[in-house]
Amino acid sequence: MSQESIQVKIRNNPKFAEMVGKRTRFAVLLSLIVLVPYYAYMAMVSLQPQVFATKIGEGSVITIGWPVAALIVVVGWLLTGVYVSRANGEFDRLNEEILKEARK
Amino acid sequence: MKRSISALIAGSLLAVSFAVFAGPGAIEGVEKQPVNVSAIAMFLVFVIATLGITKWAAGKTKSTADFYTAGGGITGFQNGLAIAGDYMSAATLLGITSMVYFKGYDGFIYAVCFFIGWPIILFLMAERLRNLGKFTFADIASYRLDQNRIRTFAAIGSLTVVCFYLIVQMVGAGQLIQLLFGLEYNVAVAVVGILMMVYVTFGGMTATTWVQIIKACLLLGGGISLMLLTLAQFGWSLDTLFGKAIESHKMGEKLMAPGSLMADPVSAFSLSLGLLFGTAGLPHIMMRFFTVPNAKEARKSVFYATGFIGLFFLVTIILGAGAITIVGTNPAFFEGGQVGGKLIGGGNMPVMHLAKAVGGDVFLGFLSAVAFATILAVVSGLALAGASAISHDLYARVIMKGTASSQQEMKVTRYASVFLGLTAIGLGIAFKDQNVLFLVALAFGVASSVNFPVLILSMYWKGLTTRGALWGGIAGLVSAVGLVILSPTVWVKILGNKAAIFPYDHPAIVSMSLAFFVTWLMSVTDKSARAAKEAEAYEEQFIRAQTGLGAAGAHAH
Repeated sequence: MSQESIQVKIRNNPKFAEMVGKRTRFAVLLSLIVLVPYYAYMAMVSLQPQVFATKIGEGSVITIGWPVAALIVVVGWLLTGVYVSRANGEFDRLNEEILKEARK
Repeated sequence: MKRSISALIAGSLLAVSFAVFAGPGAIEGVEKQPVNVSAIAMFLVFVIATLGITKWAAGKTKSTADFYTAGGGITGFQNGLAIAGDYMSAATLLGITSMVYFKGYDGFIYAVCFFIGWPIILFLMAERLRNLGKFTFADIASYRLDQNRIRTFAAIGSLTVVCFYLIVQMVGAGQLIQLLFGLEYNVAVAVVGILMMVYVTFGGMTATTWVQIIKACLLLGGGISLMLLTLAQFGWSLDTLFGKAIESHKMGEKLMAPGSLMADPVSAFSLSLGLLFGTAGLPHIMMRFFTVPNAKEARKSVFYATGFIGLFFLVTIILGAGAITIVGTNPAFFEGGQVGGKLIGGGNMPVMHLAKAVGGDVFLGFLSAVAFATILAVVSGLALAGASAISHDLYARVIMKGTASSQQEMKVTRYASVFLGLTAIGLGIAFKDQNVLFLVALAFGVASSVNFPVLILSMYWKGLTTRGALWGGIAGLVSAVGLVILSPTVWVKILGNKAAIFPYDHPAIVSMSLAFFVTWLMSVTDKSARAAKEAEAYEEQFIRAQTGLGAAGAHAH
């Protein structure tokens, strides 16, 4: 079977649209979850730096700026884990089905 | 001291954390140190081990696929470590700790900016990069566009970034090694250049990958051990650590909050754009995505890489904060024993002094050897990316139009590696004692305004045409380079003019926007038959990008 007819089969398989749609939406959503807080943080650092000078608690010298920055890093990493587990699981299973059905 | 601080805070975000290699403080502060025997001994162990690996890798490197991508047989975990090894340079360790040491919280903001590109690379690029690319990023950019013009342009973009970055690394290597090992600057540059040539020429991607993996482990292991030794000094309490830091630092309480470095929102925005998307346009980083067998492993590698890089940044922050008290109050680390005066060895030395203070001479030697290994791993990745742009893109595809045999291409790629090694040594020596700060801004400016736009648009936008990509790329290249020349770093500090014509050190906010705009404009107005064909070819590319159908697979060994 030619590569072209496999392509047509993939394109016409509703599962392809489903996978692409789901994966794209998921990737965009996760990007926003990373970028919106990051740019909000950068804006605050530059325009309202005093917000981050608040102490995290009574008797502590640490300001909230430190855990906030650490949180951006840690959450960013955890989200890569979330993406990989869904993309390598659910989406790749769909992908394999699509490829298998196209090669039939 | 004042100058070294101003050098540190001068310029862009990037530039700052690379200040170790670039700032006048670093350059002026360098005095040749007595020969450090334990450091050299530990470094020799690293060199012998990596040369052994290179010999083993050379036996496995038979085809171009082996050379460029290690046969695509690297696992996600290994590649994650290698990516981290590619990205965490000696500048990151020395630069960020020194930022925190001098400026407190602002150092943390830089670290966050350096980190944030990674999750985005995973979400938007990793699987498409793997599915579409074979050996170089030009493979993707020219996938459905004109093979000659776009591939040539993409290769030039890669080589430009590689050269700027190489100079920065070589100059930094010379200074750092002179400082830590007591070797002559020129000798240090030559040692780095020659070892890099040997790794790349004989061992290709396999050797380069393993050098990076070993280096990443050493750097992480060294950093974490140093952090534990430091925390022990403060009774394992971060509160004590920061409390003492506030007492010993002249900024006092201000240490704990954002300071002046990010005060200009436009500048901060431009820097963060350049870093975020520049990272995604670094040819030696993108090349790493082709070393894994499939998109699954490509995703995993970013997950691991992001974890290691994030962890490393958090560790460096604690090291910098710990150094404020441990190094900053110890007269032994200041010239003439004057606390608060000039640090011995210059403004980028806090972490090295910290290593000596909490771990003694042996630990200092270990960390010095790690810094040397780190530079070697980074330059090897760069040289490999440059060599593949010359041999795979320019020679095999553009000049020979795909008719070159695998052996011929391998030969050219080896010559190219040797040529790049010699060039790197030459440039490293030529730029000795120069302020190379602007080269970092240039490298990331070109990466974010030339490489990144064509790459992302070719993957995501059906309407991209050869004409659009070419004009957009030229607009990005000219504006990025031009604006860096007109920026405060070059126009005022190097050329000696009074006021900068372009007020920001990082050009991305203008040059990247311009590149995207010109690409769009010249694409939508392109009514040629070629443009229609290119739009038609998007369908096939899209299906391959999404499903991996027809993607280059791993080569069996």
